[in-house]
Amino acid sequence: MNARDAILQRLYQGREQQGGFEPPASDFSVLQRPHWNKTKKLERFVQAMSPVHGEIHSTSRDNWHLLLQQLVRDKGLRNLWIGNGTPHGSFLADHWQLEQVPLLQRTQPVNEWKDELFNDVAAALTGSLGAIAETGSLILWPTPAEPRVMSLVPPVHFVLLDSDRLYATLHETIQQEGWAKNGMPTNALLISGPSKTADIEQTLAYGVHGPRELVVLVLE
Amino acid sequence: MSDVIKQYPAKPARVYFYATCLVDLFYPEVGLAGIQLLEREGIEVIFPQHQSCCGQPAYTSGLNGQARTVAASQLELFPENWPVVVPSGSCAGMLRKHYPRLFAGTGLAEQAEQLAGRTWELTDFLLHVCRIRLQDHGEPVKVAVHTSCSGRREMGIADTGPALLAQLDNVELVQQARPAECCGFGGTFAVRHPEISAAMVEDKARALDDCGADQFVSTDCGCLMNIDGFADKQKLATRGQHVVSFLWQRSKGGTA
Amino acid sequence: MSTATDAVKHFTPRARAALDNPAVRGNFRKAMDGLMSKRQDAFADWDLEELRELGAAVRLRALSRLPELLEQLERNLQANGIQVHWAQTGEQACEIVRDICVARNARTVIKGKSMVSEEMELNAFLARSGIEALESDLGEYIIQLADEAPSHIIMPAIHKNTTEISELMHEKTGTERSSDVDYLTASARAQLREKFMQADVGVSGVNFAVAETGTLCLVENEGNGRLTTTVPGCHIAVTGIEKVVEHLADIAPLLALLTRSATGQHITTYVNMISGPRKTDEKDGPEEVHLVLVDAGRSAIYQDRELLDTLRCIRCGACMNHCPVYTRIGGHAYGTTYPGPIGKILMPHMLGLDNTGSLATASTLCGACAEVCPVKIPIPQLLQRLRSEAMDGDPQRPATVAGHGSKRRWLEMLLWRGWTVFNSRPWAYRLGTALITRCRRLMPSRLGAWTRYRSAPRPAAQSLQQQLRQRQCKES
Repeated sequence: MNARDAILQRLYQGREQQGGFEPPASDFSVLQRPHWNKTKKLERFVQAMSPVHGEIHSTSRDNWHLLLQQLVRDKGLRNLWIGNGTPHGSFLADHWQLEQVPLLQRTQPVNEWKDELFNDVAAALTGSLGAIAETGSLILWPTPAEPRVMSLVPPVHFVLLDSDRLYATLHETIQQEGWAKNGMPTNALLISGPSKTADIEQTLAYGVHGPRELVVLVLE
Repeated sequence: MSDVIKQYPAKPARVYFYATCLVDLFYPEVGLAGIQLLEREGIEVIFPQHQSCCGQPAYTSGLNGQARTVAASQLELFPENWPVVVPSGSCAGMLRKHYPRLFAGTGLAEQAEQLAGRTWELTDFLLHVCRIRLQDHGEPVKVAVHTSCSGRREMGIADTGPALLAQLDNVELVQQARPAECCGFGGTFAVRHPEISAAMVEDKARALDDCGADQFVSTDCGCLMNIDGFADKQKLATRGQHVVSFLWQRSKGGTA
Repeated sequence: MSTATDAVKHFTPRARAALDNPAVRGNFRKAMDGLMSKRQDAFADWDLEELRELGAAVRLRALSRLPELLEQLERNLQANGIQVHWAQTGEQACEIVRDICVARNARTVIKGKSMVSEEMELNAFLARSGIEALESDLGEYIIQLADEAPSHIIMPAIHKNTTEISELMHEKTGTERSSDVDYLTASARAQLREKFMQADVGVSGVNFAVAETGTLCLVENEGNGRLTTTVPGCHIAVTGIEKVVEHLADIAPLLALLTRSATGQHITTYVNMISGPRKTDEKDGPEEVHLVLVDAGRSAIYQDRELLDTLRCIRCGACMNHCPVYTRIGGHAYGTTYPGPIGKILMPHMLGLDNTGSLATASTLCGACAEVCPVKIPIPQLLQRLRSEAMDGDPQRPATVAGHGSKRRWLEMLLWRGWTVFNSRPWAYRLGTALITRCRRLMPSRLGAWTRYRSAPRPAAQSLQQQLRQRQCKES
């Protein structure tokens, strides 16, 4: 018998010997939060993300690119990777005024320019599907236009967050968006702050493997 | 944090007193104090002859057969449906939490369940069933409370000791560092793993010694024997007393 | 296996050595105190009891349908393009990983943190096959440099302080000595980035495997887990068969419990949900994703209704953070992959009670672990059960765990027989107590291990029962 069948057989037999067992009911009501309006959700999001060093800026849907340029200049970033063919990417490309900071756009698979990605890309900008207020978590489903490493390899990650797309909890997100029913993407991410570690004597250090800075532009 | 959900009965006319083996042999004054406190509350105290040990040492050593033999001899001692009051969180926990599991599937299962449901730790019983009011006749003193782990987590009595002491006007409650941490007794653990046990009791005794209390009280004689034994050998100033003896000593000679 | 069992057999000397090492004791005490208070703060605005009830219910539901859910998981993973493998032992699991590496001509493997891979002793196995496996979690990286095993399941290098780590990194990698944690971290980042670019295969663990959607969930803070599962062309996830959950919605309560219980975080920086290899139009992610489902003793635990509660565990480490024994002796003293309370109830099933019997006794049964366990595993009760198994101590319930009865000694049994007679026969008890109280002055002042650290207790001049008999006489 192969390993699979042997394991499954032991499990089926073990349970049968015990006569099966009924688990207690799963009462999810403890996860429900009192109704939070948009302001409250935003407040909670900021409360949760600020202590873990997420940098949050409030801006408008029309002028976020100005703020972004100012941040890129202030942080002294030497380039910015943006997605291909996304509405925000195209908008930014059309309005980009920092001539000394090139916008990088890449269509080829990541492993074909891995060296450059790991060594030379200073920052990346991505969109997000929304955020979870309770834990201060951005929801990202990477796409061909904005692959996974955009939020992972460059030292600074800028994220656009639509303030109308805030959920109270993860539980609410999964339910409202029908994640289980509609199927999951290849990779779905919750990102709650920049990369960090406390593996050396419980001392927090940021930017260990992923970005050192996570900058959220909240569009209102 | 405790799992314990308790429904206290109305104050009964009589109770069984289950002293435990440590009280019987090493701390008889605790048993006398407990009986006198209950009697002062107007309760008739029945002390079944033939009581010995609840069986816990064998049980925690994994010897369920031996534990069952001893426990079965104790089960017979409480035929009437009266509360069984125990001056120990640990032994009360054995009767209340572990007898049902020990006797599950045996002819004594129902009897064990029945006994478990009417077993009470003494301070809990005094506070919540007797609703005792204590009057303090003692000198001012600072006291720390060490609640045993079984008292705290099996019997849910972490607050009863402090609540009773709070009734005594001249007693100031002092908090030691890490009050919820185990003292390292653990029955046979102290003998099977003496070095680990010693490291634990050392921290506990020093925490009690350093907290500014004149003495400490505990709900369990096992912890007392452990902490006091260490403090004595290492010549630390702190000394312990069973909370029940302390309460009796302070309040005898009058009631509120 | 022999190295593992040798290590655990030396529990007592290792524990003694740890107790005598003030640096180890200080590092653990400080770390555990911090973790306990962070956990408490993290749950401050929760109904923790209800949340734990839910966590326990979700895990029990998964276990009650374990074989069906594993089959469903396999179906959905395969439909998503993830290849599923089954291993009955750690060694089989290692072989599966090696074969995948060989098929891809892989020479280097980069690893995200995985306790199951520690359990499998994967790194050593791959090394014997000429494949280099490099740990990328900072803590794992540090202990790999030191050639040590993790001392904690969440914080593998928690036994070391900054000075020790700085010295180690200087010696092994040439990093300048520094007490600046940011500097040390940046140095490790730079070295590991090179490795991430070169690695052929990434190996990770799994926190939850969702049957309903065929999704593997991984939580982490550093980003090394994401790099491991994104950059190399092939990702191999290894996990115990108990990690499956039924619904995607089930991860919400488990996640809420896991990160708060483990490190006091409301959530980890990254929650990484993987449901397939790279699609044709995608620009990154591995072309191949594999899941290795490892049994290694788990299906044996599943045979017993009481013992299977062990399998609820979500590996948060809260039990060790709150364990007064673990805090004193640290993780290495146990000599097992999983230390602390969870290790004590899990390892006997993996190594046999004959090899791990002293672990189950190394607890006061204080219950601090069960009090904080996010899925309410009754750890003290399971320890009692394993003690009973080790002694063949229950004539009414024959022992079944491997190595049962191995701790039964005739001399000890003789003492217990005497104890049983003393306490179950009234005449014996009365005679015995009379003797003890009469001869109290003859009590030896040395009582073995007890009096090495404590004064001997002195029996009362008259037992309570003797006094009560007199009292009754007087009254009548």
